[in-house]
Amino acid sequence: MPYNPALVAPMRAEVTRLGAKELTSAAEVDAALGDQRGTMLVFVNSVCGCAAGNARPALALALQHSVLPQQVVTVFAGQDLDAVARARQYFADYQPSSPSMALLRDGEIVHFVHRHQIEGRSPQSIAANLTAAFDKYCGATV
Amino acid sequence: MTPGHIFHPGHAELHGITVVVETHGPMTYVGRYDREDEVGVHMLDVGVHEGSADMPKEEYLRRSAKFGVRSDHKHLVVPSRQVARITRLGQLA
Repeated sequence: MPYNPALVAPMRAEVTRLGAKELTSAAEVDAALGDQRGTMLVFVNSVCGCAAGNARPALALALQHSVLPQQVVTVFAGQDLDAVARARQYFADYQPSSPSMALLRDGEIVHFVHRHQIEGRSPQSIAANLTAAFDKYCGATV
Repeated sequence: MTPGHIFHPGHAELHGITVVVETHGPMTYVGRYDREDEVGVHMLDVGVHEGSADMPKEEYLRRSAKFGVRSDHKHLVVPSRQVARITRLGQLA
């Protein structure tokens, strides 16, 4: 059962105010991830305070980096059920995890941050993981 | 979060954390630690691995760290007497 929308609204806003496009339906996920080109970060948001409470600030820090993915989108686990289920179909090799983050390049997952890589870590540490991936996969190609 | 920080008041430090529970036998469990009581260690969304030549424990843990934990059980209790060691999966990632 989805959480109370009023409860999660601030958690959604914490991500969308960073410029992430929110995907709330399977159709929106397909439109964004189907035939995906370039680089895209998918942030799987979550209510979980232990992990998501650090993941969102980490995303905010990472998006201040000089090298960024071309697009950032977000789905909300436990809330937008169809959208999350469809997004996970694009993450077929990876087990469901929330919060989590997937970096895609031309439709292929090139970096994945699982919940267990977020738990107990500082936003700075999580952001460093992300920005290292941004540097590796989102920089200009020669 | 500072080291040792307990997010949920009244819960154990590992509550909500994805852990590896190694046993004195061939079984290894990976999942979110919930609590421990007189019955044992309660875990959620648990992957179960029985050591074998085809899939040694180390390889199972490496895959779990990279690709995530495949949940075989929503809730599972590992008897305390079987538990040899509990570590965070994130330490392997």
